Amino acid sequence: MNRTTTEKVVKSLKQRHRKEKLFKAAGFASVCFGFLLVLTLISDIVIKATPAFHQHWLKLEIDYQQEWLGVDSLDYEKLESADYRKVLRRSILAMMPEVSGRQDKRSLYKLVSNNAEFTVRDALLKSPEFIGKKKNVWVMLDDDVDSYLKENTEFSQTGIRISEKQAGWIEQWYNNGLIDKQWNTEFLTSGDSREPELAGVRGALTGTMWTMLVTLILSFPLGVAAALYLEEFAPSNRFTDFIEVNINNLAAVPSIVFGLLGLAVIINLFGMPRSTPLVGGVVLTLMTLPTIIIASRASIKAVPPSIREAALGLGASKMQVAFGHVLPLAMPGIITGTIIGMAQALGETAPLLMIGMVAFIVDVPMGVTDASTVMPVQIYLWADSPERAFLAKTSAAILVLLTFLMMMNTLAATLRRKFEKRF
Amino acid sequence: MKKLPIILSLIATSSNLMAAGRDTISVVGSSTVYPFSTVVAERFGKTTDFKTPKIESTGTGGGMKLFCAGAGIDTPDMSNASRRIKKSELEMCEKNGVKEVTEVLVGYDGIVIANSKATKQMEITRKEIFLALAKQVPATDGSEKLVDNPYKTWNEINPDLPKTKIEVLGPPPTSGTRDAFAELVLEGGCEQFAWIKAIKKQDKNKYKAICHSVREDHVYIEAGENDNLIVQKLTTNPKALGVFGFSFLDQNSDTLQGSIVDGEKPTFEGIADGSYPVSRPLYFYVKNAHVGKVPGIKEFLEEFTSEASMGEEGYLTDKGLIPLGEAKLKKIRDQVLSFTPLKL
Repeated sequence: MNRTTTEKVVKSLKQRHRKEKLFKAAGFASVCFGFLLVLTLISDIVIKATPAFHQHWLKLEIDYQQEWLGVDSLDYEKLESADYRKVLRRSILAMMPEVSGRQDKRSLYKLVSNNAEFTVRDALLKSPEFIGKKKNVWVMLDDDVDSYLKENTEFSQTGIRISEKQAGWIEQWYNNGLIDKQWNTEFLTSGDSREPELAGVRGALTGTMWTMLVTLILSFPLGVAAALYLEEFAPSNRFTDFIEVNINNLAAVPSIVFGLLGLAVIINLFGMPRSTPLVGGVVLTLMTLPTIIIASRASIKAVPPSIREAALGLGASKMQVAFGHVLPLAMPGIITGTIIGMAQALGETAPLLMIGMVAFIVDVPMGVTDASTVMPVQIYLWADSPERAFLAKTSAAILVLLTFLMMMNTLAATLRRKFEKRF
Repeated sequence: MKKLPIILSLIATSSNLMAAGRDTISVVGSSTVYPFSTVVAERFGKTTDFKTPKIESTGTGGGMKLFCAGAGIDTPDMSNASRRIKKSELEMCEKNGVKEVTEVLVGYDGIVIANSKATKQMEITRKEIFLALAKQVPATDGSEKLVDNPYKTWNEINPDLPKTKIEVLGPPPTSGTRDAFAELVLEGGCEQFAWIKAIKKQDKNKYKAICHSVREDHVYIEAGENDNLIVQKLTTNPKALGVFGFSFLDQNSDTLQGSIVDGEKPTFEGIADGSYPVSRPLYFYVKNAHVGKVPGIKEFLEEFTSEASMGEEGYLTDKGLIPLGEAKLKKIRDQVLSFTPLKL
């Protein structure tokens, strides 16, 4: 009997080893496949995003003639509302005296950004002594020119919305060293804009931070308290069972439903202001709460009963057991659950659609009641814009969002390590 | 954790402040008008001391609903629309206390049918487009009967057209572009059949069902609200045609070409003078009751209707808006700045 078993084992050994190898190979292959997919995705985004990190500038000699500005005195308010468009256009023409004709002039002016006149204004407001004098000012080139310079290496071709004539002028500037390529810091320091060369993520990023802050402040204490109560204090009866089932169901509700709820209850009933991080945070709280509660309950449950019994045995009250022993030990798991919930909320656009956060907002929000958007919404809005240069901006914004997410996860990992206790 | 109470109290105080009133203009509505009103808003924010208006892209119908919800300060001040306000919508407005509404005609937008430059430019009539895309078409034997659309390739409709599969990428029914496409192109082709046009007098709903229904056998592919997606798909699939707004053709003129419809090329000039048959007016509506309550509305309208923005050489035309023309612009401007209430 013994012999035959051994024989059987020996006989099947080879086959079992083969099976094991096969399984290992399949597992490795699937990991590789997943990794490859992520790599393709990220590299695609990075390649598409690279043009967005640079911006071409043009050096202009601006002639701040008082007559062109249309000001008679030098007080700040007068200077603020002076005619800088005229100054800018005359200065460009002074540099290119051979350009004449209405049509040609128009296509020449189009080469600099719509924002250039404001750059010219700010340069004078900073140092008003230049009035009546000439000053070199760097102004942004239009997004069409910018894309043209990035996509083409020769000036003989015409580009998208760049005519042969315009290409000639650009070449002239380029050869005279008037065009400079610089890091596009505006992308991180300015709010949204309809001009691709000016558009930045700061507004959306700040909006995301405010919204996440509101979500965290509301959902973390509520979620942990609910989990602690349900695990440690609640009597097990029909009512608690009912609550438990409902929490699990809530976790599976599509997020758009929370948006509708937000619109109906939070905005229409409670009268909170539309399009603000406050409302967004409350709606996302509803969405993340079940995730946090479920994860927290699981990690509270995983705390060995011996710890509780030991503490109770030494005379601790139930409250002391819960807050002094169970909660610290469960903290790493709770933090993981919170981060998963927050990461989910970070990428959400559907519920925000209903509460008016899908909007064009230029000003950077200074608080939770200022109108704002969030990063995923910004990405969606840019992807939908007709201007071609927004394609690169979209990818760049995705990179910013991913970086934000990674920073959040790193913070969570550090916190988890700090709280982790072995027993 | 020490900062928590501070943050909480900050939140509390700032929400108290908010209840007092609003200092930002709030605009909702059509995603087609959105690219234009955002440009004006941005400029307005930069050149004046007022805050930059907040503009939501909710779609025309959704915008009207929000706009007409009431006259309170928490409702939007303006609503963008890629069609004229409906009588029923204006009635809803009045019922909810929005008594006076000013209409602003912004300009025109063309709808183009385009394909990749890798293939030949299409020359097509609206009747042919109707035959290619309608759910039911008149029977081929000439009798006055409707049959399920049998056409698979373009040359089956007209031997002069290429022998390629009919494949059209376009917006879904929720889109304003689709409404306009159905109304201007499909209906425009549909009513060229005299006997179908005759139905209009007897049964308007039946007529609309015939002319506006698009076939559902994967010939017309709903490519989502995102026009950029259609543009990208056209470059990878040169055989397909796409339906989208003129501004997207304008931005992608290096890879795409607009089809000639009824003998007219989709050009800026052609849409402006009305010779290109597929163009529609763009509007926005202003709540007169909010003028003076929310700062900057009048100034915003002044900026919007100025020669520098809506004029023939204004910055909105750079973004693809087809301007009104000088005389009409002046008329609209006067009408808007005196806040003449709309009557339908």
